[in-house]
Amino acid sequence: MSQAAVLEHPGVEPAESPLTPESWGKLGMWIFLAGDAMSFGALLAGYGALRYSSGDWPTPSHVLGIQLTAFMTFLLICSSVTMVKGLSAIQHGDQAGLRRFVGLTILGGAAFLSMQAYEWTHLIEHGMRLSGNPFGASLFSTTFFCLTGFHGCHVFGGVVYLSCIFVQAFRGRYSATDNNPVEIAALYWHFVDLVWILVFTFVYLV
Amino acid sequence: MTVAHEEPNYMGVFWWLLVLTILEICVIYAPMAHLAIVLLLIVMALTKASLVAMYYMHLALEKRTLGIIALTPLVLCVFLIFALTPDLGAVVHQSPKAEAAAEGVHGEH
Repeated sequence: MSQAAVLEHPGVEPAESPLTPESWGKLGMWIFLAGDAMSFGALLAGYGALRYSSGDWPTPSHVLGIQLTAFMTFLLICSSVTMVKGLSAIQHGDQAGLRRFVGLTILGGAAFLSMQAYEWTHLIEHGMRLSGNPFGASLFSTTFFCLTGFHGCHVFGGVVYLSCIFVQAFRGRYSATDNNPVEIAALYWHFVDLVWILVFTFVYLV
Repeated sequence: MTVAHEEPNYMGVFWWLLVLTILEICVIYAPMAHLAIVLLLIVMALTKASLVAMYYMHLALEKRTLGIIALTPLVLCVFLIFALTPDLGAVVHQSPKAEAAAEGVHGEH
């Protein structure tokens, strides 16, 4: 907006985001994440309601591979650490550090997706379907695939998003004073980790 | 432009997350009442989620209003659970035995 336009329409648009002085993009990402959290919250609440209403819901730890998913959780936590380390690196002007840590984060996300694909294949081979399963209530497999699939889509989106950041990092786009897109991408990735912590507990452990 | 702030202890948070994850897995095999296990798991999961939000997403360093925006989904989710609760109390558990009994009742007509 030009200076003249601002003078003509005072109060139309503040120059700086009131909650996130770094950028409007960061505030936008927080609002998107709040909306996305409501989607996951509704899915988890629905899962709880369906499970409570069902008399023959299988014990998840007896059907699902806890060891594998525990390792997947560990992997996602590690990828959150590498992401935050990458952001810290570029905030100190370390471009090589940013590339190394974002690269590791992408690898962590890709490994998570590969393991999820392996887990799904294994469960499908043992009769788990979207419409039913041999272990008990049919909604057990329906909710399992919907919840883990919705989260998996987020991880895939995150891997693509971080790959774009990685390419830009290689081009030297970011610096110690200009790294807001990295911080915004990191927010998304940590959110994906946060949601998995809840999905892991409610779908696999409880 | 990025606002400088004191960096949290990222590795310290990582070790806490790891320990809580291991504890969660141990708890499900613990000889305790199911309700106690569920409550412990929920408390540990919410603690882990809070650690990620506060330190990795830097919510602890942001303005309080942003924290309120971030907490809104949790509040709405609690409302949703309360809204669903009356329905849950009215649902008859559909065990195989109950289903067979229901089929028998329908078969008589």
